[in-house]
Amino acid sequence: MLKRLLPFSAAAILVILWHISVQWGGKSLIPTPWQVFKGIAELAQKGLLLKYVVASLFRVTWGYLLAVILAVPFGLVLGWFRRGEWTFNPLIQVLRPISPLAWIPISILWFGVGDVAAIFLIFLASFLPLTVSAMNAVRGIEAIHLNIGRNFGLSQRRLIREVIYPAVMPQLIVGLRITLGIAWLVVVAAEMIAVNSGLGFLIIDSRNAGNRYDLVIAGMVLIGVIGLLLDLVMRKLEKLKTLRWGYANV
Amino acid sequence: MNAQIAGETQDALLGLRMNAQIARARVTPAVKTKVQIRNLSMTFSSDGKNVEVLEDLNLDIHEGEFVCLLGPSGCGKSTLLNIVGGFIPPSRGEVDIDGEVVRGPDARRIFVFQERGVFPWLTVEGNIGFGLFNLSRQEKARRIAHYVKLVGLQGFEQAYPQELSGGMKQRVEVARALAVNPDVLYLDEPFGALDSITRLIMRGELLRIWEAEKKTILFVTHDIEESVQLADRVVVMSARPARIRRIVDIDIDHPRDISSRRYLELRDSIFSEIGLAHKV
Repeated sequence: MLKRLLPFSAAAILVILWHISVQWGGKSLIPTPWQVFKGIAELAQKGLLLKYVVASLFRVTWGYLLAVILAVPFGLVLGWFRRGEWTFNPLIQVLRPISPLAWIPISILWFGVGDVAAIFLIFLASFLPLTVSAMNAVRGIEAIHLNIGRNFGLSQRRLIREVIYPAVMPQLIVGLRITLGIAWLVVVAAEMIAVNSGLGFLIIDSRNAGNRYDLVIAGMVLIGVIGLLLDLVMRKLEKLKTLRWGYANV
Repeated sequence: MNAQIAGETQDALLGLRMNAQIARARVTPAVKTKVQIRNLSMTFSSDGKNVEVLEDLNLDIHEGEFVCLLGPSGCGKSTLLNIVGGFIPPSRGEVDIDGEVVRGPDARRIFVFQERGVFPWLTVEGNIGFGLFNLSRQEKARRIAHYVKLVGLQGFEQAYPQELSGGMKQRVEVARALAVNPDVLYLDEPFGALDSITRLIMRGELLRIWEAEKKTILFVTHDIEESVQLADRVVVMSARPARIRRIVDIDIDHPRDISSRRYLELRDSIFSEIGLAHKV
């Protein structure tokens, strides 16, 4: 019970401190928590809340799913075949430190201002981390486990289903969860530049059109809450029974 | 004919509780060679240098025999077991089993690793049933139940390996190997990671299972006492490149009295063979 209450009390203290500092700080553009709450209500009333949230989630879903579909098999194959890893790993390591945001000009050049540019950025941001975690997951398979599979005479298909798949999943799921977090970070940045809807757009537009800092912070709060919810969904995946083994010892 | 011989062997060992030497004398003319290691050599090359690991080994192992490969750490005995198991091809020579050259691992001959070999994502039942994919569901369940009982893991059928102790995991591995009813078991220092009390218990269990199931067992160890307690014959190997220094017949009946004169004699002869002063 206490464990459940403590996080809320920390949040409550933060909100109170925020309120007090704005009150005592005199004239400031920073709104109070209550003003932010009213800002969110205003967005909901205008129908913008749902529209922007859906727009952001839509882009993340497509960019992320596309990356999952392509990067996971790619990474698994690279991890399995040593030569594949030798060939691609240096390239991956060079591309990885380039922030996805550095690709904004090029993605706008290719796809114009719009959903596709944002989706492309999220795809880029997700692709490399997913490839690397799939690759590492395969390399983490115990050679002993593969040998046992061969010893018991498993066919190639059965080996994949009964040894490789369960061996890879726990690490892969962690990669999927972390990457979804990255995708959610990137969508906000992409929306500030490449499109005119979504939570990122809400933040930059509220500032540009009349210094509505209540809406700026409303956007930030929404991003945080939705990010948390996405993470909770992914954590549920980790708890699936067949995947549980990988975390029991952590 | 074979069944009769097997029956006779069993009688000799279990029923009549005869002196081992007499039992051997009765059985010897009829024993069949199970595993033949012929002129086997293994060379690894690393950084352009060739390292000779095994040098011209020859060994015959009989059906139903318990043989220990004994040697110092790093002498190549595990490599030898991996070659016999079909996981590594030898540089020269060959291994024949039932007259056929070994070209890869085979479900009739199961390799038991240290307890690291259990699958962490499967329960005890799932692990023991791992190799039984060709059986009907009832038959599979029956076999699993039988081997769970044989290794004394009743009540832990649904447990995952991380909930088990090292000794229990080791028993799961042995049960998984036995469940597919192999002719031969390869054990690579299977009790090396266990504490000394559990190790003693596990040796007893292994002997009990061996007597009940009549498998040919090839057991790698660096522990002299262990080899003399378990084996019919101890193959003493030299340091790298490994050669067979001597083969010691352990002509003591099970259960073995480890303070008997004969036991100590055999143990000490191996100690001196390896060149160890038997004093601490």
